[in-house]
Amino acid sequence: MFVTPAYAQQAAPAEGETQAPAGETHAAPADAHAGETHTETGAEHGSGVFPPFDPSTYPSQLLWLAITFGLFYLFLKKVIVPRIGGILEVRRDRIAQDLDQAARMKEDADAAVAAYEQELAEARANANTIGQSARDSAKANAETERKKVEADLEAKLAEAEQRIAGIKAKAMSEVGNIAEETATAIVQQLTGTKVEKTDVSSAVKAVRN
Amino acid sequence: MANDPIHQFQIAKWIPIEIGGYDLSFTNSSAFMVATAVVAGAFLFVTTSSRGLIPGRAQSVAEMSYEFVANMLRDAAGTQGMRFFPLVFSLFMFVLVANLIGLFPYFFTVTSHIIVTFALALLVIGTVVVYGFAKHGFGFLKLFVPHGVPAILVPLVVLIEVISFLSRPISLSVRLFANMLAGHITLKVFAGFVTSLIAFGPVGIAGSILPLIMTVAITALEFLVAFLQAYVFAVLTCMYLNDAIHPGH
Repeated sequence: MFVTPAYAQQAAPAEGETQAPAGETHAAPADAHAGETHTETGAEHGSGVFPPFDPSTYPSQLLWLAITFGLFYLFLKKVIVPRIGGILEVRRDRIAQDLDQAARMKEDADAAVAAYEQELAEARANANTIGQSARDSAKANAETERKKVEADLEAKLAEAEQRIAGIKAKAMSEVGNIAEETATAIVQQLTGTKVEKTDVSSAVKAVRN
Repeated sequence: MANDPIHQFQIAKWIPIEIGGYDLSFTNSSAFMVATAVVAGAFLFVTTSSRGLIPGRAQSVAEMSYEFVANMLRDAAGTQGMRFFPLVFSLFMFVLVANLIGLFPYFFTVTSHIIVTFALALLVIGTVVVYGFAKHGFGFLKLFVPHGVPAILVPLVVLIEVISFLSRPISLSVRLFANMLAGHITLKVFAGFVTSLIAFGPVGIAGSILPLIMTVAITALEFLVAFLQAYVFAVLTCMYLNDAIHPGH
């Protein structure tokens, strides 16, 4: 058992008190020889025993450990832990918020790209329709032009035909007159009688028809 | 005395206080506990005071330590375990800063005293036991009876489980204490070789280079150990807390 010489000296005046190693035995004789205990020095304590196993230092170490560690624990619990926890929390929130914002911005960018694509497609479609309508109108114009020209030609053709018909009719009627005169002359020569003009013309008409 | 590797663990009374017979003096150990709490608290407080959305280097370190412990606890004990986050975070920061401060020459290492590490380990196990019984009542005792064990083996397994549970505060505290103690002693011994060898003149000075290199290397190793032990302490705390939250294996 590590009973220090220093402790033994101290306990000796306590008249055969049991030498329990713990500090409790100090309790009773404390008042009796307060003077002696004050004469002890640190060097005396360590004179014979390995300091960590010197029980006379235990109460002091325990008390001061309780005080310092207790206050340290309270300080950490009340001040430091909430503070660092708060800092980390704020940072986590901030990062999450920034990520959200980034995601939102990406969405915006995507939407802008989509709108651009759509507008491009619309513009393309517009261009197509404009081209189509231009082509259509050009076609229609050409068509009407052609129709006009055709109608013109038609009219000219009709006019020409009419003229030909007129000329033909005139020629035909000339043919009638010549035939009548010829017939009248032939009949006069053959019969020697004067033939009525109307008779001749009706006869000629009958033959020609 | 200067070369005594144990001297660095001496407790020196700075302000003697005695109440009810207990020696409650303000010692160098107390001073370094205060320094640990103040340095760790001030670091976390000052670096995060700007509450930067984009953290600077110092704020990043504070946030990294926070998230490091938070992930550790969440992985080990699930989201329900996050109620213990302030405890695990303060344990991790306290142990880490105490270990790191102890690496400065002439500084006292708070965690090199078993009573300190044992008190912290008991705090963890006490939290586990109190919360376990408060949350699950006697269902917490299922912790000692794993599922799927043949009935005939149950007494043996329960015995082993109880022993392993009881040894937890000891292993938790002794691991940290022994690492700190051994590292500092080794460091002091090698550094002591340097000063001893220098006393032998030029040959000694030449020969002292080797232990000097060792001292530098061990100092680097001790920085790793300081962090690693704080990490191990916090991880085991998380795993023990998981037992309190989910007692069924």
